[in-house]
Amino acid sequence: MAATPEPAARLQWLFGAVALPRGWRMGAGPIIAAAVLGLIVLAAIFAPLISPHDPMTMDALQRLKGPSDTYLLGTDAYGRDLYSRVVTGARVSLFIGIGAAFVSVLIGLMIGLVSGFFRLADAVIMRIMDSLMAIPSILLAIALVALNGPSIWSVIIAITIPEIPRVVRLVRSVVLSVREEPYVEAAIALGSSMPKILWQHLMPNTLAPLIVQATYICASAILTEAILSFLGAGVSTEIPTWGNIMAEGRIYFQLKPSLIFWPGLMLSLCILSINLLGDTARDLLDPRLKKREG
Amino acid sequence: MLGYIIRRILAVIPVMVIVAVFVFLLLRLTPGDPAAIIAGDMATPAQLERIRTSLGLNDPLHVQFITWVGLLLQGELGTSLISNTPVTSMIGQRIWPTFNIAVLTIVLSVLIAVPMGVLAAWRHRTWADYAVMAFSVLGFSIPVFVIGYIFIQVFSLELRWLPVQGYKAPSEGLWAFLSRAILPCLTLATIYVALIARMTRASMLEVLGEDYIRTARAKGVAEQIVLFRHALRNAAVPIMTIIGTGFALLIGGVVVTESVFNIPGIGRLTVDAVLARDYPVIQAMILLTSALYVFINLVIDLSYTFFDPRIRY
Repeated sequence: MAATPEPAARLQWLFGAVALPRGWRMGAGPIIAAAVLGLIVLAAIFAPLISPHDPMTMDALQRLKGPSDTYLLGTDAYGRDLYSRVVTGARVSLFIGIGAAFVSVLIGLMIGLVSGFFRLADAVIMRIMDSLMAIPSILLAIALVALNGPSIWSVIIAITIPEIPRVVRLVRSVVLSVREEPYVEAAIALGSSMPKILWQHLMPNTLAPLIVQATYICASAILTEAILSFLGAGVSTEIPTWGNIMAEGRIYFQLKPSLIFWPGLMLSLCILSINLLGDTARDLLDPRLKKREG
Repeated sequence: MLGYIIRRILAVIPVMVIVAVFVFLLLRLTPGDPAAIIAGDMATPAQLERIRTSLGLNDPLHVQFITWVGLLLQGELGTSLISNTPVTSMIGQRIWPTFNIAVLTIVLSVLIAVPMGVLAAWRHRTWADYAVMAFSVLGFSIPVFVIGYIFIQVFSLELRWLPVQGYKAPSEGLWAFLSRAILPCLTLATIYVALIARMTRASMLEVLGEDYIRTARAKGVAEQIVLFRHALRNAAVPIMTIIGTGFALLIGGVVVTESVFNIPGIGRLTVDAVLARDYPVIQAMILLTSALYVFINLVIDLSYTFFDPRIRY
């Protein structure tokens, strides 16, 4: 593919290609991944309908029970139904993943457009971004959540801040390579306003790589939420998230490992599917990378 | 060359200054009274005042910053709000388990990942390649602590080969150390191996397509020499870079792994500090690990000339 198609055409091409697989990479892998992710999304949306029990109701008589007809995956230390909790946990995890991806892409896009176009701002912005990248994201996240108190938005902000520099770098590199193109120079010469140039002429070029980046951010956000909740610095413990279920299961690990394995399996399947879809999107949108990575 | 080294070292200063400003503002710009957050709901006004004074929260912002940086430059990282001991000595007591585990993990990861990546590139588009790629996608997708618990379940509880948790220093006997360190190291290594193997494969694939590789093969150089001397050395720069940037992942992993395996290192120290809202400790840990990250990447940057003689500054 020599010529670079318009972003809209690329998207059409992307979904067209997924529908018509050729080769291993675009073959079974992405389709299975899409199916698994689709099931998890459906489970999250219809969680109240498909949970046989209330995920919060405790039952002292049914503590740490094994799988049975009433309790599909058994119960936890408070007698709550594990299956209902795992299904409900998908809601929070997906919300945090999508939320973090959306917020970091949006903020990173704004900063990256400005940084790539205005040389003066660039020097300052990139120094700040380099510094932000030096701070280990898990540590920054646990510090932020520790200060702001456990909540879904604290977690989203904590995940977003370390991701922003990566988005900025990506957007900036695209803008730097496009800003010398004749059509951008023509727009400047014709006196288009600066926001218009940034938004109408430069921004569309960043969409394809940003879609790929967003999938990776989504996957890593879901993973980070689980780690934060596991460490006790995540979403409030009353809300059943995959991380919280596993954190509570830690103490009973030797007694009942399924309290960690079921949410862990769901989490891993979810992230694996998102990563696989992200890899597929990257291969389709960037033929140069595909050649290099095979 | 010397000029480049000096410029590269000087470039570290603005990065660390911005990190310091950021860490400083993190506490001060939090909505609400940081002293109240630190003290918790049950604090008396006297306790709040004590925390405010000990953190210098009553001074103007710029004065606070200058005092804080002044102390930092003297190696003074503050005092724990819980145990009232200097943070530096707390970190000093617990750095060794983390250091030993981290070094063992990095060595293990490179020894496993680089041959994996080379094999995948060499046997491109065969089952070996797909297996390595599948492993690397899996490694990114399973949370560190789940891997840790799977290892404990299999090797400690089912097979009973290794102790479940805990830590012994190498001075207490090599086997005592290794038998407890090997599972945490493998746990930590999984994601690191995935990262390095992926980059090694990509970098090797690019190099193996070069003309001089074809020339070397044509003149009959042994395949392992082509792979490891001609190709790997030229593919080394991106691999070194990813080892450096992946260090941030390792730090995050250490925090989790030490909790899973009950290792008394600085990762556990951080988690305990977070649960107790011991802010000076958290602040010190962020500063320290950021500095370490910047330092490691500086060393790697400077080592490029060694791996790739074409790079001259």
